Amino acid sequence: MTHPIQPAISDVPALFSIRNLHLSFPDRAHKPLLGPAPRIEVLKGISLDIPKGQITGIVGESGSGKSTFGRILVRLLDPDSGQVLFDGQDIGSLNETELRPLRRDLQMIFQDPMSSLNPRHKVSRIITQPMKRYGRGGTRADAIAALGKVGLPPEFAERYPHELSGGQRQRVGIARAIALEPRFILADEIVSGLDVSSQAQVLTLLGDLARDMGLTIAFISHDLSVIQYLCDNVVVLHHGVIVDQGPVQTVFDAPQSNITKSLLAAIPTPEIDEDWWAETESF
Amino acid sequence: MADVLTKPFRRRATPMNLRLWLPLVWIAVVAAAALFAPFIAPHDPLAQDLMLERLPPAFMDGSEPGHWLGTDSLGRDVLSRMIYGARIALFVSLIAATATCIFGSTLGLIAGFYGGWPDRIISRLVDIWMAFPPVLFAVLLVAVMGTGLGSVIAAIALIDWTRFARVIRAETMVQARMDYVDSARIGGARRAATLVSEILPNVLPSIIALLMLEMGIAVIVEAILSFVNLSISSDDPTWGSMIAEGRGSIHFAWWVLLFPLITLFLTVLSFSTLGEGLKQHFDPVHK
Repeated sequence: MTHPIQPAISDVPALFSIRNLHLSFPDRAHKPLLGPAPRIEVLKGISLDIPKGQITGIVGESGSGKSTFGRILVRLLDPDSGQVLFDGQDIGSLNETELRPLRRDLQMIFQDPMSSLNPRHKVSRIITQPMKRYGRGGTRADAIAALGKVGLPPEFAERYPHELSGGQRQRVGIARAIALEPRFILADEIVSGLDVSSQAQVLTLLGDLARDMGLTIAFISHDLSVIQYLCDNVVVLHHGVIVDQGPVQTVFDAPQSNITKSLLAAIPTPEIDEDWWAETESF
Repeated sequence: MADVLTKPFRRRATPMNLRLWLPLVWIAVVAAAALFAPFIAPHDPLAQDLMLERLPPAFMDGSEPGHWLGTDSLGRDVLSRMIYGARIALFVSLIAATATCIFGSTLGLIAGFYGGWPDRIISRLVDIWMAFPPVLFAVLLVAVMGTGLGSVIAAIALIDWTRFARVIRAETMVQARMDYVDSARIGGARRAATLVSEILPNVLPSIIALLMLEMGIAVIVEAILSFVNLSISSDDPTWGSMIAEGRGSIHFAWWVLLFPLITLFLTVLSFSTLGEGLKQHFDPVHK
């Protein structure tokens, strides 16, 4: 182990155990005329346990590698080296055919619900097609049931994604993910494109569903206030390295790194500046 | 929240799409003429009558009743020949454009979606293919295969598939980067299934628009090859051969050239406009 950070962030058994994960992309902008392009290291040896049945926030500035890390968890990206143990099985080295049976348990909700829902398919088809592939129903009634779970009325089944609002689209994205009753859901910046009231609704919905269904969720965000609201644990990434991790309250109360401190300072607070208050008082 | 979600949903009223309906009407007229040619043509398109040569259209002095658009230098009825010409024009455009479309689009979809070596092979093939001068290629092909409608169709398909391959490849590459392709993967879809059921419906409007454009091009190419006598025999009524024949007598019998030319022009224009109109019509976002 090159990184001595303790991977355990809670006492709960882990669903995911990641050990010494490395990933790099070729840097085509600096490719020499001959020979391979230099590689940019995105993840530099990440070791982490994601506890079962809890919501783990993954936070970091843009470019910290948080989305890349998430996409390895659901195997949209292949790691260079390291282990990605999902329930004891190393999924980091499986090929697509071997992965397909596992994908039912590794669902994802995307950042941009407009581009992650096929504009030519109706909502019912978007929700039921994965169910049919895994032999878990896929009738119209199933689609309506899934819509009901995310608080959308049955007639939405017959609509196209462009006929929905941003918040409604994101609910459809959630419905598609939970319809398979997966064990793990990756939520990648799912509220960053929504207005504040839709954000709150979608977060509350996701929190309720996670509790009711016992889901394990990795929740990627750049916004610590959202993490604080929703998550049990938090992991702070910076330049591909974990700089802080633990239960949300512990990390928020006693941040270990300057990165966490600066992220915490960026949360807008409703507190009133005391000097300003004193000035106003004197009038 | 509930009232926002249950608010009745209204579809916006669509204004009449003229780019769709005007070309459709003209193509329907031409198609009807082609289908029912034996019933509506006033004369036999091949019947010659040297006593009635170069008769002017019905609205001019010296015309003969029954020859609405006049006759050509061999006394054949221009209107009847145009109606029978529609048969050949539509037959060639339908078969040739569909063949071109299926072949080119399939290659374009594969190259754009799979990337890597399939893309490299297909793209290089397109580059090489496009370096040939198309008209020369067509003339050469017809010379080798012999004249006839089959050669004309083969020439169109073999020359123009690159148009589909290039455009559809680019379009597919754009679509393949969309998140819905990743979400299909997350949902357990196989690669080939993703291409057919996720990407193809999004590329289809472009394919249809190109298909319509290609039908127009096919009509033109058939007319060009008829014009230079490389299509079917010059007796058979085609718009191209009528134009070629009318060219010789344009100073004293302009109708032999002009009417087929207008028909050809309107048909080609209709096909290319229809392509755009259909693309708009089937786009759920703009509907």
